[in-house]
Amino acid sequence: MRQVNVEEVKKSVEGAIIEANTNLPEDVQRALQTAMATESSASASRFLQIILENAQIAACDKMALCQDTGMVVAHIELGQEVHLVGGQLEEAVNQGIRDGYLRGYLRKSVVNDPFERKNTGDNTPAIIHIHLAAGDGLRITLFPKGAGSENMGQLAMLKPSAGIDGVKEFILKVVREASGNPCPPIIVGVGVGGNMEKAALLAKHALLREVGQPNPRPELQTLEEEMLNKINDLGIGVQGLGGDTTALAVNIETYPTHIACLPVAVNLGCHSTRRITIEV
Amino acid sequence: MKKLKAPLNGQDIAGLKMGEEVLVEGVIYAARDAAHKRMVQAIEAGQDLPIDLDGQMIYYVGPCPAPPGRVIGSAGPTTSGRMDAYAPLLIERGLKVMIGKGSRDKGVIESMQKYGAVYLAAVGGAGAYLAQRIVSAEIVDYADLGPEALLKLEVKDFPCIVAIDSQGNDIYARS
Repeated sequence: MRQVNVEEVKKSVEGAIIEANTNLPEDVQRALQTAMATESSASASRFLQIILENAQIAACDKMALCQDTGMVVAHIELGQEVHLVGGQLEEAVNQGIRDGYLRGYLRKSVVNDPFERKNTGDNTPAIIHIHLAAGDGLRITLFPKGAGSENMGQLAMLKPSAGIDGVKEFILKVVREASGNPCPPIIVGVGVGGNMEKAALLAKHALLREVGQPNPRPELQTLEEEMLNKINDLGIGVQGLGGDTTALAVNIETYPTHIACLPVAVNLGCHSTRRITIEV
Repeated sequence: MKKLKAPLNGQDIAGLKMGEEVLVEGVIYAARDAAHKRMVQAIEAGQDLPIDLDGQMIYYVGPCPAPPGRVIGSAGPTTSGRMDAYAPLLIERGLKVMIGKGSRDKGVIESMQKYGAVYLAAVGGAGAYLAQRIVSAEIVDYADLGPEALLKLEVKDFPCIVAIDSQGNDIYARS
């Protein structure tokens, strides 16, 4: 049994959320550089260059990469051998976010209620998922997700007869309808299987996988490559202005499902998909 | 590259073509969802607006707080489509330029053609870069809206592309 004081969680989250909002992950930067090398549209190349320069400025000046510093998604893997002391885990995560958004001059974008819509003033609450794991580790992945891309996601409960072609068609439909809104070049997170909420969670999880790291199952890797090509053939381009680069990656995650179900969820990540994982 | 500075007239607007890259200079007003809702409610109630829209530019942005020594925090464009419900009335009141990201609906494009206005796309997600092109920022009104307050910004070499021109040519309709 390892004892962890939630005060440590709070402090780690505070620093990490500032880091996440100001540093573009290396895998995403690499993918943007690769895209710039092959992009044939002059305007799109210029915009890609600005996006890469933006990442440099944000890291140097400790400025948020994007003014939409998101609503924070926190995935927590809690080892069964961990004994938490000093308070509530979820409250500690929220307090860390509160402190980080204040100290890091990050925008507060959370409203108290979908109808009343009063800003809570501290960017909390976060959306917290806790998953029990073996061992005594405590791993937290923070994903400040902006609304421009989040608003463009969709979910469908397909009939199993729709099969893999139905899934492909749905992915393309979501990306086409999203057009330039989710800040392309995008990362396309796809969840197939489970039930309604499981598919949505898988799609979000898919966005946490590094760009360039394929699904370990060969047939899914092939599907990811095929969909990436098809999406880039749509010609939506950087910021929807046309060109070769619409997506940097398609990440697909699956789960067993019911005999009568074929759920598919598509969650889009913008060109500044930023996430950080910390161990407490 | 062509430079754009308010106030702009119909002739300035007619000369801008879809796909053209421009640099915005001088005063632009920052407003997003909540500020638009208030402006439209004021117009509908017959009240004066906090700003005279004639010949002006509105930038769809809700910036991050300014760190010490800076005039503004990260300040890139937000998704323009959420302002589609409000934009036609502001265009009717003389608004000439909207700056944001992503496509616009038919109603907005028709108003742009009728009254002579353009829609510029700035680089979405380049908030830190674009903040460097903002030289001053002050709250004009609606301070209670926090990040959604109505701001007067002064910009220099602020890069944009004409996404929809006053003839209705739409860059997003090509793909």
